[in-house]
Order: sequence, then C-alpha cells, then structure tokens
Amino acid sequence: MTDWRPPLPLIGAWLGLLALLALTVTLAYVPLGAGNAVVALTIGTIKAGLVAAIFMELWHRRGLTLVFAGAGLFWLGILLWLGSMDFMTRT
Amino acid sequence: MSEKTYLTTDFTLRSWFLTTDHKRIAILYFASLIFFFFIGGAAAAAIRIELATPQADLVSSDVYNRLFTMHGIIMVWFFLIPSIPNTLGNFIVPLMIGARDLAFPRLNLMSWYIFMLGGCTTLFAIFAGGVDTGWTFYTPFSTLYSNSYVIVAAAGVFIAGFSSILTGLNFIVTIHRLRAPGLTWYRLPLFLWSLYATSVILVLATPVLAITLLLMATERFFGVGIFDPRIGGDPLLFQHLFWFYSHPAVYIMILPGMGVINELISCFSRKEVFGYKFVAWCSLAIAAVGFLVWGHHMFVSGQSLIASLVFSFMSFIVAVPSAIKVFNWTATLHKGSIHFDAPMLYALAFIGLFTIGGLTGLFLACLAFDVHATDTYFVVAHFHYIMVGGMVTAYFGGLHYWWPKITGRLYSEYWARTAAILIFFGFNLTFFPQFILGAEGMPRRYHVYPPVFQVWNVLSSGGAAILAVAYLMPLFYLGYSAFFGKRAPANPWNAPGLEWQTSSPPPEFNFETQPVVTREPYQYNERFDAEPQNA
Ligand code: HEM
Ligand SMILES: [Cu+2]
Repeated sequence: MTDWRPPLPLIGAWLGLLALLALTVTLAYVPLGAGNAVVALTIGTIKAGLVAAIFMELWHRRGLTLVFAGAGLFWLGILLWLGSMDFMTRT
Repeated sequence: MSEKTYLTTDFTLRSWFLTTDHKRIAILYFASLIFFFFIGGAAAAAIRIELATPQADLVSSDVYNRLFTMHGIIMVWFFLIPSIPNTLGNFIVPLMIGARDLAFPRLNLMSWYIFMLGGCTTLFAIFAGGVDTGWTFYTPFSTLYSNSYVIVAAAGVFIAGFSSILTGLNFIVTIHRLRAPGLTWYRLPLFLWSLYATSVILVLATPVLAITLLLMATERFFGVGIFDPRIGGDPLLFQHLFWFYSHPAVYIMILPGMGVINELISCFSRKEVFGYKFVAWCSLAIAAVGFLVWGHHMFVSGQSLIASLVFSFMSFIVAVPSAIKVFNWTATLHKGSIHFDAPMLYALAFIGLFTIGGLTGLFLACLAFDVHATDTYFVVAHFHYIMVGGMVTAYFGGLHYWWPKITGRLYSEYWARTAAILIFFGFNLTFFPQFILGAEGMPRRYHVYPPVFQVWNVLSSGGAAILAVAYLMPLFYLGYSAFFGKRAPANPWNAPGLEWQTSSPPPEFNFETQPVVTREPYQYNERFDAEPQNA
C-alpha cells in the first residue's frame, strides 16, 4: 500500500472528468459529421486514462500490477478487434 | 481431541456469519450452493416431467419459458460458476500453498455477501413472476417484448458478478504472494494452475457481462438505442458482448473441474501427472484462446461469413489444449496402480463424459453442421455433457476426496461408490438420447413436440429421475458421516499435498508451523507408496 496522500490529485482528476463530460455534451451538439464520433471517442479515451492513472493509482505502480492492467486493455482490444471484424465484413 | 479445529473454535452464529476464515466461508458457500442447486434442480425436474409427453400437460408455454430460464440462470451463475472455486477452492487453496488464509480474508467474506445479495435479487425476480428470456437475455426480446422481470433478474446476475471478480482477484493475489517457502510455480499442484487460469477469466470477462446487462437494462428502461436498429443500435452487438463473456465463462465452468481431476487421477493411480508442464500451461492456453472463439454461438445470427470462418477455426484451436489434458490423464493412468475409490470413479466418469462433450463441441464448431444442429437438443446435450457430466461430476469427486479434510470424518465407501455409479448411469440415460433427438431435429426451448420424439424423451425423463435420486444420496451419507462418521486421520489417502500435512479438520490457521516445500508435486512413489487407507 502507498502512504495516504492528500486528495488533491483526486479532486483535480474529478474536476477534469467533469470538464471533459461537459465538453462531450457540448460537442455532441456541434455538427461535425463523422468528426463527432472521433471527438467523442477521443474524449472517452482521455477520461478512461485519467481514471486508470489517478483513481486506480496505476501511475505509481509497476511490474505485475501494470501487466494485469495492460492485460485488461489488451483483452478490450480483442473484443473490439474480433467484434469489428464482423461489422466491417458484413454483407 | 483436545486441539481446537476451525469447526470447534467457536459455535456462535456470529462466529460463522462474520468469519474471515477461508474454511468457514467455504462452508457458507457449500450451504448456499446446495440451496441454489435444489432450486435449479426443481426447475429441471418440472421441465423433464413436462417433456415426458408430447402434449402440454403440466405447464403452459409461458410457464415453461420461465422454467428453463430460471433453470439456466440459477445453474450457470448461482451454481456452476461459483461451484468449485468458491467451495473447494476457498477451502483448499490456502492449505495447498501452505498459507494461513487467502490474501484478503475480509474481501472473501464480502464476496459471499455480495453473492447472496445477487442470488436473493434473482430469486425475487423468479418468484415475483419469473423471467422468460432464456439465460442468454437475447435482445430484442429482452428489451422490447418480454413482459417479465428482466431487469430485476439481470440485476441479480450483475451483482453476483462482483462476487466473481473479488474471488478471482483474491485467488490471483494469493497464488502470487502467499506460497510457502520452496513452493515454486512448477511445484504448484495443477488444481492451483487451473484455478489461477479460472481467476484470470473471472477478472477479465465478468466486467463485460456487467456492462452488457447494464446496456440491456438501459435500452429496456430508457429506450436508448444500443441494440435496436430502429433507434440506431446494432442487433448483433448484444450477442457479441454477451458471448465475449459467456464463452470464456464456460471455461470458468470447466477449468476448476479439470484441476480437481488432476489431483484425483494422480492420487488413485499413485503416480505423478503425466506431462505436468503441459497440463499447467494448457490451463492458461484455454483461458487465453477461450476469448477468441465466442462467435461460434452466432453462426446463424447473420454475422459475416468471414467472422464465422475465423471463429470456427479458432474453436478448433481451443480444443487442442483440452485434448492434451485428456491424453495426459490417460497417460497418467497407464501402468498406474489404480484404486477404484469413490473419488476415482468420479474422475474416470469425468474423462469420458468431458470427452464426449468436447468432441460434440467440435461438431458444432463446423459451420455446415451447426446450421442443422443449432437450437436443437444436440446443443443441449453437448453442453450438459460438459457442464453436468464434467463439472458437476468433478465437483462431487473433489468433495469426496477432500471430505475427510473438511469434516474430519470418513464417509461410507459403499454408498459413495453406489452413488457415483448411479450418477454416471442416470446422467447418460438423461442426456445421450438428447443427442439423438437433436440430430433428428427436435428444437430446444419448446414444451410440446411431435409424437415421434416421445421414446427418446421418455428415456431422458426416466434418466433424470434416476439422476435426481443419485444426486440426493450424498446429502444423506455425507450428512450422516459429518456427525457420526469414523474420525479421519490427517492423510487418509496417503497423498503428498500440503493440505494433507495438517490435521483433519485443520486448526483455525491451518498449520502449526510454516510448511516448507522441498519436492515436486505428486511424488507418490517415494515416501508415499503406501495404499490409500479409507475403507
Ligand atoms: C472443445 C471446446 C468446445 C467447443 C469447440 C464448443 C463449441 C460450441 C458451439 C459451436 C456451440 C454453439 C452451438 C449452437 O448454439 O449452435 C456451443 C454451445 C454451448 N457450449 Fe460449447 N464448446 C466447447 C466447450 C464447451 C465447454 C467447456 C462448455 C461448458 C463448460 C460449453 C458450454 C456450452 C454451452 C452452455 C452452449 C450453449 C449456449 C446456449 O446457446 O445456451 N462448451 N459450444
Ligand atoms: Cu462457446
């Protein structure tokens, strides 16, 4: 276990998430065509990164913990890869 | 008996319901799972009674739908998934690695409470009016048309998922961190390798189930377009997400059983497991490759042909490590000194039944065959051969094997063998006819059928009656032995595993002194070449 840290980074990350949420909602109403999806997904990725780094405390971790966290990401990749294989090649 | 065991340290209810002792939590799980097994079993009994005749005589189609849904949901999530990991695993893992407890004892207790909360939620849905979607919750039926308690039942499964995740996490950390001095990875009993692989699946797959059910509930409740194409969703997305969890979940339901079989086969052949490293790595290979085959449940769903081809190919690949295990068990038997004690009878039954289940899985993985067999009783027979013939049999085998350790008592070998043989016979009579029915085209999930199918259905229902009696028998002779059985010695089977080096039943913190491991596992020939002693 790490030492207890002042919750400043947590509050910062939380505010960051709220700001990104506001940005998502706002941009959803700006017509960008295909750009809308790209923007939404990019923001989503940043949010997930914030949660993983700060709330899941992966920032200070190394070794086995990162391997397992990476495995989670890798498995998500499998879901997206084999799942989209169907969507891309459907006739 | 002056030494206090984990059973006699304290007798209050409080000491049970607030315990952090992995052994007591295992007992809590045992009791809960027996309860759920009976509810799921009651539904199965009703289904088989209805199917004894072609017409509808016992229940209406609506009630029938609710029966098989309840049977599936309870058996999958409230019996099979937790079955071996949370009972035998919980009890044996710390003992096998020479630890005082799991890495997170309180999390372990919490996982039981979460499990019970999920179980009660789903039970509430069932008794308030039931669910009729099948255990698969397929959209659009579950989101648009069903008038049953879909969200409540799914919420129960959702909640129980957290219990799975916590258990998986606990096992992974325990096996990494709490191994006794000298217990290297390649000295771990294979049961632990298989539980480790199971835990990896539990941790990586269960969140996807949670998200899938959440999305389903969101669409049903708020009408947000996720799966419904009219409001922008994709109708196959649900199946992709669901099977991304549920195919790996079938390996959650078989890997622990395979693990138990290693222990039984080697003990009752008095030999080390043939090809230890292969078996160990095959567990992990099954866990990993198991994530790449889910589309074999969607061959007729309209997914792309390319996807079907890839998933079909991968399904053949995933059978390879399972087959390696079967061959290695057989090679372990070869020239062994084989003892037909009750646990061994279960183990031998497992090998045969699992092989039939696995091979028919390969039939189904062939695109052309699956078009004919999908949604027929062939599929039903396939997965019951693995889940019931395999996993439930392994569960009983493991229960008998470790029973002296768990309770400190010996059971009646005569009754145990009788039950094992009866289970094997009843099982095959119940499910083998279903292969034939499926091959002849009888669809699953209907409560009426053309009269030509009746003969096989009557046989199947008759088998189910035998199976029901056979499954009840251990409740009596094991129950009797728990109170009146002969006292068990610390090591009734003369087995080398660490769990046998402490007294039966073990003291609260498992070992008087920290055990140290100096040998490979399964060394039956050296010091332990005596025969098993349970008579
Ligand atoms: C040798 C590896 C296996 C292969 C190749 C395989 C293949 C298949 C295929 C292709 C299907 C879909 C049939 C259809 O719906 O048309 C299927 C269904 C099923 N399999 Fe397997 N299987 C294997 C192992 C297992 C194991 C180990 C389990 C359980 C412990 C299992 C449980 C199930 C279940 C529950 C279903 C039916 C799901 C449903 O539609 O309700 N299978 N299997
Ligand atoms: Cu599958």
